[in-house]
Amino acid sequence: MIHRRSTTRLGALALVSVLALVACSDDAADAPTDTTDTTQATDATDEAPVTITLVTYDSFPAEGTSLNDALASFTASTGIEVELVIAGDTGTMVSKAVLTAGNPEGDVMWGVDNTSLSRALPAFEPYTSAEIDALDPALTALVPGGELTPVDFGDVCINTDLEWFTAEGLEPPTTFADLVDPAYADLLTVQNPATSSPGLAFLLATVAEFGADGWQAYWTDLRDNGVEVVDSWTTAYYERFSGSSGDGPSPLVVSYASSPPAEVIFADPPRDDAPTGVMTETCFRQVEFAGVLAGTDHPEQAQRLVDFLASAEFQQEVALNLFVWPARTDVAPPPEFVEFADVVDTPLTVAPEDIETNREVWLDEWTQIVLR
Amino acid sequence: MDPDRPSLTRLPAGIALPVAARVALVVVPSSFLAVFYVWPFLGLVAEVVDGSAIADTFGRPGLGRVMWFTCWQAVLSTAATLVVGLGPAYLVARWEFPGRRLLTALLTVPFLLPTVVVGAAFIALLPDALETSAVAIVIAHVFFNVAVVVRVVGGVWSQLPADLVAAARVLGAGPWRATREVTLPLLRPALVAAGSIAFLFTFTSFGVVQILGGPTRVTIEVEIARRATQLGDVSGAAVLSLVQLALLAVVVGVTVRTQRRASVSIGLHAQASPRPRTRRTRLAVGAAAVTVAALVVAPLAALALSSVRPGGRWSLTAWRTFGDGPARPGADLGVDAIGAVVASLRAAALATALAVAIGTLAALAVSSARRGGRLLDVGSMLPLGTSAVTIGFGMLITFDRAPVDWRGEPWLVAVGHALVAVPFVVRAILPVLRARPVGWREAAATLGASPLRAWWEIDVRLLRRPVLVGACFATAVSLGEFGATTFLSRTGHETLPVVIARLLGRAGDVPRAQASALAVVLAAVTTIVLVGVELLDRPTDGGGGGRARRS
Repeated sequence: MIHRRSTTRLGALALVSVLALVACSDDAADAPTDTTDTTQATDATDEAPVTITLVTYDSFPAEGTSLNDALASFTASTGIEVELVIAGDTGTMVSKAVLTAGNPEGDVMWGVDNTSLSRALPAFEPYTSAEIDALDPALTALVPGGELTPVDFGDVCINTDLEWFTAEGLEPPTTFADLVDPAYADLLTVQNPATSSPGLAFLLATVAEFGADGWQAYWTDLRDNGVEVVDSWTTAYYERFSGSSGDGPSPLVVSYASSPPAEVIFADPPRDDAPTGVMTETCFRQVEFAGVLAGTDHPEQAQRLVDFLASAEFQQEVALNLFVWPARTDVAPPPEFVEFADVVDTPLTVAPEDIETNREVWLDEWTQIVLR
Repeated sequence: MDPDRPSLTRLPAGIALPVAARVALVVVPSSFLAVFYVWPFLGLVAEVVDGSAIADTFGRPGLGRVMWFTCWQAVLSTAATLVVGLGPAYLVARWEFPGRRLLTALLTVPFLLPTVVVGAAFIALLPDALETSAVAIVIAHVFFNVAVVVRVVGGVWSQLPADLVAAARVLGAGPWRATREVTLPLLRPALVAAGSIAFLFTFTSFGVVQILGGPTRVTIEVEIARRATQLGDVSGAAVLSLVQLALLAVVVGVTVRTQRRASVSIGLHAQASPRPRTRRTRLAVGAAAVTVAALVVAPLAALALSSVRPGGRWSLTAWRTFGDGPARPGADLGVDAIGAVVASLRAAALATALAVAIGTLAALAVSSARRGGRLLDVGSMLPLGTSAVTIGFGMLITFDRAPVDWRGEPWLVAVGHALVAVPFVVRAILPVLRARPVGWREAAATLGASPLRAWWEIDVRLLRRPVLVGACFATAVSLGEFGATTFLSRTGHETLPVVIARLLGRAGDVPRAQASALAVVLAAVTTIVLVGVELLDRPTDGGGGGRARRS
């Protein structure tokens, strides 16, 4: 008995020591993952090494991807260390930037999008990137004041479960009008625009299509045709959609134009064709921006980082790591991305200032029409 | 219950600890709360709340509906959690059987799994008719919070002297009457403690309500997060946060009162739990243990299954590609499983140490100081009832200049976890402290001990078990914490729940399977840690009624 007791206590003691060790091993593990040869870096610039902070959203990988390797190569060539701060989802990150405007929690921010662009502007220091001429002019035109630099874009569109439609002998819908056709009743799941950013993007797509006074009638029809609303993209795509690895009931879901290539790239077992398709006429364009946060202590280094984020070296990594298209016109996305992604020729869009002015009213109206 | 029952002496309001010692006990936890909760929260309110923000908030339609839904679902969920939790609490507190510690640890696992992960498994197990309904919310709240009842109530139950019930039975009471008139009244402080934690958790419920309630069911917490992050209306969020607190202050005030009034002192000893002896009891205990385990393990098994069956076929890719090797050339998910486990354990170790230190001092202060103690009692509960967004944003604008330029400090996340965990430690300890026998202390004084020494020998030594219960919770809270973590800015390695959420934001078989695999890792790590802590709970001396079976 005594013997047994002491062994268990020994085991517990060992566990506590492990915990203590884990707690104490700060220094070793906390070293930045992107540390490079600092001596070489210092030689290259003749300056004391500066660390600047890149604030970004939570889907940006913190370590271990080619995106992080690219940042490390920036450090190697400039001697500027880059520390990543993850500030939450895009909405949270922008709210924080606005709240701390003038005394920011970092030097550069990545990931402000066009649905939150207007309210984000005051938090940024205007800077025209040296790479501006290589970027898509349609995107740079969104920020006439030069506070932010477009770095990537993507489209939010309705995805279709191709196998389901084949099995049912039904043509997949292609237009907004199809979605309110009784032939496609009870097939669509969307996200609540009040809590989900793709949900908001799809609402904005209908605003762009039907106008500020017309979308309400369309949503009334959608509701009557049995649209299902859930709160988050994860729930919609993985629990309700039938086309991904989930086995939900809906063959139509609001997701991204890049979801089909992701289904191929991350398929297990590997496959050569996308199981899902995109309704290219329902796409709302989301553009993401990076910029120098106003009040930074290192404006010069921050500007160099913005230049790097818009450079070909970094831009060629965004497609497979963030599943977006590069903002540079001279960078081609990887072949699997091009092959399985449908090209969206005429994406829908709403001016950022209109979104800012009307968002809350539209959300309230939408809630009244669809949920009550 | 009748406090004047002869055998149960009512506890005097204060005790004769030197003033300096009492002040010291109050100061440390109060300072922690003041710096890391009150200051950021008030700082944010002062910065963003003005007359028009208040007018806007109250002028918006639907606020009453949101408040009403928040309250009734929380009350219903709490009541259901208490009722359902008593069964497993009784089982693990009063019976000794093989695997009891493992079962106790397993029961805590649902409490800490990220709702975004378990929500999926949960939906799969619910009948279709119940999906996205208020009933589903209540069932999920029960599932997640039963651990609180098992731990807090079970902790006291296992120390209730068996002779009181035996005496009632000898005097002719049936088992039901003995339970109703002896056991339940004695458990009442613990029931209130567990109930108030369950209430706070369900009152501020976020993930469960979002996933299982559907978009028409909105709690104040959900509305606060939506205003602050989606609409950028931090002012409106802060006003709602105040509304939420005001509602809570009333509820917490009432429970603190009830709890104090219900305190009776009884001899709490670690009791030797009987092993089931007859065939019937053995069968009953065995069946109950298996049922409880099955209910807890079912969603975990569903997770484990989905980690090896991406796209409907067996595959170990999710487990194989952890840490090294992209899923396809160039497409690396950047998941470092070992790094995330280490980051989670490190945050948990720091958060647990902080929460146990602060919570223990706070509990001692509450039970031995008068006015300040009462304030601290309520104060320590408030962070649990304050929306994570408000605390996160408050810290952001408060700790932004030297000498308190702490934004992005890795330890700030652990402090956030500790703020959530302190109330658990306090709630685990207080019922035991309040029920301590008054006579013991006097006996010590008679034997020549100074008040300080008597306090040390009696109060502090009684605390070993409840402190361990509190530590379990703090660890569990920290390992599974997601809400506060996402609103604090963070650097360095990601913790497990954060990586899981990031993976679930991606399309494709592999990210999804990896998220499930990581959830299994999280559950396993937590079970191991909790079983380890349980093992620490062995009597250190031969005296007293040791819990360990004596053969």
